[in-house]
Amino acid sequence: MILSSLIRQGGSVHEIAARWFVIVLLAAIVLVPVLHLMVPEGSALHLPTYAVALLGKYICFAILAVALDLVWGYCGILSLGHGAFFALGGYAMGMYLMRQIGTRGVYANPILPDFMVFLNYKELPWFWHGFHSFPFAFFMILFVPGLLALVFGWLAFRSRVTGVYLSIITQALTYALLLAFFRNDMGLGGNNGLTDFKDILGFTVQAPGTRAVLCMLSLATLLGSFLFAQRLVNSTFGKVLIAIRDTESRTRFLGYRVENYKLTAFVVSAMMAGLAGALYVPQVGIINPSEFAPANSIEAVIWVAVGGRGTLVGAAVGAVVVNFLKTWFTTGLLAPYWLFALGALFIFVTLALPKGIIGALLERFGEKSSGLKGASMPVAPVSKAAE
Amino acid sequence: MNTVIHPDATTEKPALTQALLYLDGVSVAFDGFKAINDLSLFIRPGEMRAIIGPNGAGKTTMMDIITGKTRPDAGTVYFDGKHDLTKLDEASIADLGIGRKFQKPTVFESQTVADNILLALRGPRDAWSALFGERNAIAPHRIEEILDIVRLTHEQKRLAGDLSHGQKQWLEIGMLLAQDPKLLLVDEPVAGMTDSETEDTARLLKRIAKDHSVIVVEHDMSFVRALDTRVTCLHEGSVLAEGQIDDVSRNERVIEVYLGR
Repeated sequence: MILSSLIRQGGSVHEIAARWFVIVLLAAIVLVPVLHLMVPEGSALHLPTYAVALLGKYICFAILAVALDLVWGYCGILSLGHGAFFALGGYAMGMYLMRQIGTRGVYANPILPDFMVFLNYKELPWFWHGFHSFPFAFFMILFVPGLLALVFGWLAFRSRVTGVYLSIITQALTYALLLAFFRNDMGLGGNNGLTDFKDILGFTVQAPGTRAVLCMLSLATLLGSFLFAQRLVNSTFGKVLIAIRDTESRTRFLGYRVENYKLTAFVVSAMMAGLAGALYVPQVGIINPSEFAPANSIEAVIWVAVGGRGTLVGAAVGAVVVNFLKTWFTTGLLAPYWLFALGALFIFVTLALPKGIIGALLERFGEKSSGLKGASMPVAPVSKAAE
Repeated sequence: MNTVIHPDATTEKPALTQALLYLDGVSVAFDGFKAINDLSLFIRPGEMRAIIGPNGAGKTTMMDIITGKTRPDAGTVYFDGKHDLTKLDEASIADLGIGRKFQKPTVFESQTVADNILLALRGPRDAWSALFGERNAIAPHRIEEILDIVRLTHEQKRLAGDLSHGQKQWLEIGMLLAQDPKLLLVDEPVAGMTDSETEDTARLLKRIAKDHSVIVVEHDMSFVRALDTRVTCLHEGSVLAEGQIDDVSRNERVIEVYLGR
């Protein structure tokens, strides 16, 4: 069976960690619908709706974290604007969902979404055409973030903008998009964004079955993104990325076109982030400009740092752990102190666990289990990260 | 007395010189300080040349110009008679067949010794080939051949960062060999090496020089002597003396520069 071959012993600690991660995800894909839909509500094992929604949300963040780890952890590109790609994917999905509302809106206009009727639009803006079709919307979910990353990355990497300067302009990018999307005449709902979704591919968005399936799809996408990213970093391409991260100029002197490698990784990562955003929107029921807020992108960097930069598994674990803490903090008396706690967590991890939770575990068990020190994937010190 | 220049006007892309590397009247200044001042230097195909000179003589800047890291303010730099190196970037120059070993050993410390060689090996270097093509399917024996020459076979699974200083120097020479360039620029290969390591390195470089052109920058005079090759002494960014090591080391101006004024 697949499971038994997955559990089979052997391999480096990184391979073992990756295998367990895959096992946990596969188990979750099976368990979520079973515990939510088949176990009766009174039972202690029943997974309530809010838990499914929360888990789905965390998993979308985990996909974003894996995408970010691919560029930051392996290529040294500290993007402080990855939330922009996530939000763009989310908007593309939101546009599809808006077109599905049809005459069920408050103004019952078969073509125009409510906010357009309200703002006196006479016809659908050109860029809304095609979004009634799911295949088109799906294409745009990948295409729009990918195109932005391509143009932005081509300009930045070709001009050799690196380190903190690159981080600052990625931050500026997401902030500029935040301001643009706030405007009503962008034709994307302005401040309120897109909401009041009714159904997706004919299924009611709010229905328990739909929620369970969306959560499963998110888990499956996380699994797929993880396996894809792992395939990338384990190929020679990944070795070149690490070489660029550690000694960019040396890599150039070997004859590698560093900008092309960075651009490839950046575009792939942006598309992954867009996919995460698209899965996020139907589960939370809204997409608005606040998703472009620079703070969101910075939070994503903290997830990766907490879990372990350059480990992929760590990025996903970090996203889930930090967001679980966030939910726990912000739903109680401690709510006003969340940002302080987040800041403290970041400082603690930087000082005490510079390789993050998973990075530290891997290092510990890596030394214990095999005498071959460092035979597997290495992790550069976090202190080098921002350079 | 060094190289005869044959401008050849008959071919489409005329080879301007028979020299493999041709520097003429090259100058570069940083904030008014002339690091290289009207430098001219010719390297014949297959030649090994040692470059000596006190600190600040412009040795490393010269390497930076040849490899495309620094653009000269004036002068011409030709490789293989037809490639104007002042117009190309680092990757293109590496592609033409110029490899460089840095003064401070620069290897990919968080990757294994074998992966360092793998990354350096001659072959396609585009992202596609590293993902799905030739670069992602390099035969292990090509790596092993190189590791054997630089005596790192038993260290191949170790991280390059865990190697001793001398081993890192050798790994970097191994990376140069893997690149298999026409011209090797080797910056202070024996800095920080023990005497026996220095001797081994001299032997290795002489072996490499049999089928490559090599420029070695070095301070260590006994090492330069061991190389037994033509020497150029740089001072304040231009050539002070050129010839066999004994002639150069007897040159009064060289003595003056080295021993201080």
